[in-house]
Amino acid sequence: MPNLKDLQTRISSVKSTQKITRAMQMVAAAKLRRSQERAEAARPYSERLAGVLSNLAASTKGSPNPPPLLAGTGKDDVHLLVVATADRGLCGGFNSSIVRLAREHITRLREEGKTVKLFLVGKKAHDMMKRQFSEIVVERRDFSEVRDVGFDYAQSVGDHVLKLFNEEEFDVCTIFYAKFKSVVTQQPTAQQLVPPMFSDSESEAAQAASTPYEYEPDEEAILTKLLPLNLNAQIFHAILENAASEQGARMSAMDNATRNAGDMIERLTLQFNRTRQAIITTELIEIISGAESL
Amino acid sequence: MADKLKFELVSPERLLLSEEAEQVTVPGTEGEFGVLAHHAPFMTALRPGMIKVEGGEEGDRQVFVWGGFAEVNEQGLTILAEEAQLMEDVDMTALGQRIKNLEEDVADYEDPQRREEARDRLWHIQQMFEAAQRG
Repeated sequence: MPNLKDLQTRISSVKSTQKITRAMQMVAAAKLRRSQERAEAARPYSERLAGVLSNLAASTKGSPNPPPLLAGTGKDDVHLLVVATADRGLCGGFNSSIVRLAREHITRLREEGKTVKLFLVGKKAHDMMKRQFSEIVVERRDFSEVRDVGFDYAQSVGDHVLKLFNEEEFDVCTIFYAKFKSVVTQQPTAQQLVPPMFSDSESEAAQAASTPYEYEPDEEAILTKLLPLNLNAQIFHAILENAASEQGARMSAMDNATRNAGDMIERLTLQFNRTRQAIITTELIEIISGAESL
Repeated sequence: MADKLKFELVSPERLLLSEEAEQVTVPGTEGEFGVLAHHAPFMTALRPGMIKVEGGEEGDRQVFVWGGFAEVNEQGLTILAEEAQLMEDVDMTALGQRIKNLEEDVADYEDPQRREEARDRLWHIQQMFEAAQRG
């Protein structure tokens, strides 16, 4: 029979765990609202930019030497995977689902005989990938020095990707992040950044609206400025989506944990009461049988 | 009255303005240009400068941009700014500080071409700053 003292300590420890998880859930809920707003506010920019770019790409199609950032290097031997996760854990399957998707990609690319390089954003990505892939990590970043991820942060990531591209370190670049669908669902997503992929609806729209534009200074000069900007904007978009997803995932994970702790407390309390009653009953029986024997 | 021009200004962080205006003056890299309704499809890069919105929903407004792109099509004018602030939100001391930092950066560039570009950029920003202080 478990003793009463042990049960009591267990109950109080589960109670304090519940307090922590509840507090974390509430913090995550507050942060979620903010990061969700930011992700939504940033959406028009990357959408418009993608629209402008696909227009431009459609109108420069067939030009003799398109910029490599748009058309690719003509090879796809070396892949750079930008894996973006959070800095912190305790958010359910958020980090591991992104890493799993990236890992699947790595295995597939390797089977096809491609070289893979990794650019890790966020501490967790590094924690989870370093054992298996430390030799192919070319760069890593985390969020320890930034409180609110601004466009300049995405820009620094984008600039590095661009630098690698200009040094011909890779041919194709893909970013991994979790798209925020709702508080309970986050979709791990792979999005190709270089050369940019346009969704079908966008390119159709671009074809429909293929009014000849006038360009100032000229198409190429604009493209060379617009492409890096698009890269940064897509990375920024991914990081913001990620931030919202992280908080959403943490919120539901902590909600589960709180509920779980509640169930556990209930069970333990029941057990505690039963044990106490059993002890009282035994004592009574002892007293009565003692009195009877007199 | 003539038709109104649909005008949208987006920065990476958010959609800053979305309204109808009579005329919008935009600082292009090749010079300032005004856009009215039914402007021909047109695309250009921007230099740092002031966007002037005339006859908008909230009267005339000015917006500070740090560069970006402008696209004009049948739907209207879309500006994709790298960074933008409404004139009334601009913090003058912070801006002054940023200009100082940029001045230092310009001196640090080794590559003459990049230095030239940075100096050009800085000059536009300074112009803007002075204009803002006057007005």
